Amino acid sequence: MQLDAQAPVKSHTISILLENEAGALCRVANMFSARAYNIESLTVAPTEDPSVSRMTVVTSGSEQIVEQISKQLNKLIDVIRMVDLEGEPHIERELMLVKVAAKGEDRDEITRLCEIFRGRIVDVTDASFIIELTGESSKLDAFVEAMDDRLVIEVVRSGVLGILRGQRALRA
Amino acid sequence: MAERIRGAEIFVRALADEGVEHVFGYPGGAVLHIYDELFKQDRVKHILVRHEQGATHAADGYSRATGKPGVVLVTSGPGATNTVTGIATAYLDSIPLVVFTGQVPTDLIGNDAFQEVDCIGITRPCVKHNFLVERVEDLAETIKKAFYVATTGRPGPVVVDIPKDVTAAETEYHYPEKVEMRSYRPTVRGHSGQIKRAIDLILGAKKPMVYTGGGVVLGNAASELTQFVHLLGYPITQTLMGLGAFPCTDPHFIGMLGMHGTYEANMGMHECDVLIAIGARFDDRVTGDLKSFCPYAKIIHVDVDPASIAKNVKVDVPIVGDVLNVLSEMNQHLQTSGHRPLDRENHPWWKQIKDWQSIDCLRYDKTSDRIKPQAVIESVYRATKGDAYVTSDVGQHQMWAAQYYPFDKPRRWINSGGLGTMGFGLPAAMGVQLAYPDADVACITGEASFVMCIQELSTCLQYNLPIKVINLNNRYMGMVRQWQEFFYDRRYSHSYMDALPDFVALAEAWGHVGMRIENPADVDDALKEAFAMRDRLVLMDFITDQTENVYPMVAAGKGQHEMHLAPGTGERELA
Repeated sequence: MQLDAQAPVKSHTISILLENEAGALCRVANMFSARAYNIESLTVAPTEDPSVSRMTVVTSGSEQIVEQISKQLNKLIDVIRMVDLEGEPHIERELMLVKVAAKGEDRDEITRLCEIFRGRIVDVTDASFIIELTGESSKLDAFVEAMDDRLVIEVVRSGVLGILRGQRALRA
Repeated sequence: MAERIRGAEIFVRALADEGVEHVFGYPGGAVLHIYDELFKQDRVKHILVRHEQGATHAADGYSRATGKPGVVLVTSGPGATNTVTGIATAYLDSIPLVVFTGQVPTDLIGNDAFQEVDCIGITRPCVKHNFLVERVEDLAETIKKAFYVATTGRPGPVVVDIPKDVTAAETEYHYPEKVEMRSYRPTVRGHSGQIKRAIDLILGAKKPMVYTGGGVVLGNAASELTQFVHLLGYPITQTLMGLGAFPCTDPHFIGMLGMHGTYEANMGMHECDVLIAIGARFDDRVTGDLKSFCPYAKIIHVDVDPASIAKNVKVDVPIVGDVLNVLSEMNQHLQTSGHRPLDRENHPWWKQIKDWQSIDCLRYDKTSDRIKPQAVIESVYRATKGDAYVTSDVGQHQMWAAQYYPFDKPRRWINSGGLGTMGFGLPAAMGVQLAYPDADVACITGEASFVMCIQELSTCLQYNLPIKVINLNNRYMGMVRQWQEFFYDRRYSHSYMDALPDFVALAEAWGHVGMRIENPADVDDALKEAFAMRDRLVLMDFITDQTENVYPMVAAGKGQHEMHLAPGTGERELA
């Protein structure tokens, strides 16, 4: 009657509304580390209501583990509401800024790649570009993959944001 | 316009308005304004301990015995860090404590100031919640929230960290009657549909087991549980934390379960077809190896904390709700169901249980010329007519107390089950004795545990607490020694208590009565004599058999049905 330790592991994106109070972020992060759960990415910022912060956590685990994560999150006193977006119709986006070396012929090649991925060049010097790219994480991965390794100087990613499709909403 | 008063006065008035009678604490720089206010009033009584760990355990014992929240007040820095073991002890057993810690003034926070420590950060993983009060205007409401969070839902400890300048600043005092928190709404009522599904499963069982834990004690649902079991006529086992919620002398009770549970309780768990788990959390010391746990059972699990359900074990009918409400609703269904309680004489399941009981797994040698620790516990039971509050420390003596003192009422058995904190017993007994000055309070301990908080003997003298300390002195850390005997080829690495003090002289040095008992024939009379001393703490040093072990025992990693039984117990050494 034990829980299945061999159950398949899946990635889940969880949206959380929490009190915008000192230490609230720590409580969530602490719960993950204390119980040895994974955090693949975590973003947090205040919402239109300044007393509420919205956090998006990407985690992974078997169905039972993710159910425990949801329950333990709900148990935290600062958590107002949360939803596991996995299995719900939803949209995920991530923002990436990439600094690349851009000299000579490379400049045209980078610009073309940028257009294909619908990226924007937001900073230009005689030797470098900064490219802004938004999309699902897999698209950002593909862009970095497509870019010549030698040219990449720095990659900054925001972590995943998620929202439910349609009329349903996560509100305090 | 209301009068403006200082934060320190607000603090003391808020405690009084909350109905707090006792605060366990120790003063220091960051809380001196508060101590000054305590001095000026007599609504809240302060108990001065000798170490902050003692304060938390005393407040914890007070809470376990009374059901009211325990309250602690300490200073910043080391005062706060010394409470951590006590806070974690309360956290693991879901005990409502409110611990107030002083903090350096707000403008010094983060400066590595004298006696500064990040108390909120240190305690975060072992509290239900904690608060830093940054403005005096928030103080009263934060105190209200702290008591609300600590005592509702699944209870637990809450820390409130108060910087010194907040206690000096002034504002108007208003203590809210109640608080609402949009982010905290504990579930109280169980889902009616789930309760009906559970009842169908319960009534269809051929080999049912009721398995209950500390949640029934904390949820004040003892009489509902007793009615539930009697309506069904089913066997019941209770965890270490649950003992006394159902009377242990009632024939439906077949003993504690788990690592040191009875043969019949563990076999009953293993063979049952429907398991009714109420206010229990399938802790590893209960389940043993999960692969072979209750292999034939459909499981119903009632718990106020959704996170406890399906954490360790798959559950067929989960019911999230307050145990008192759920049991009341279940009892109503049972009363109209036409179900007749099982016939304990003739029902095949009860016959099977009686067969297991015939092994007599708690038998021990009563002819020995050395004092058997089990005999001391049985004698304590007789001397107190089974009506004492019993606290314990952690180890063999704790298990023997649980096995040989049948508790018939809830909140009588007070021990650190989850964290397993040595040093808990004596300060916990102080809290109990303060709450019930006329009750018999026994602290059953061992010489290793007892010395871990022995400084509290001084507190006992100051407040005239006539606790009876039953020291089962086997000159070993008994449980460590037992594991070393079983699993480490008798290499007794550092488990021998060398250079022990003369406990009789020690008791006398602290102003109490000391007794040493070395002969089995003297045990009964000594205990009678000690419990007759109504106004004195008596430290009784029982020199016990060093080789005695706790049986039955499920070794770590083994299934619950694979028990070591005491040598010579029955023909069936292992199931």
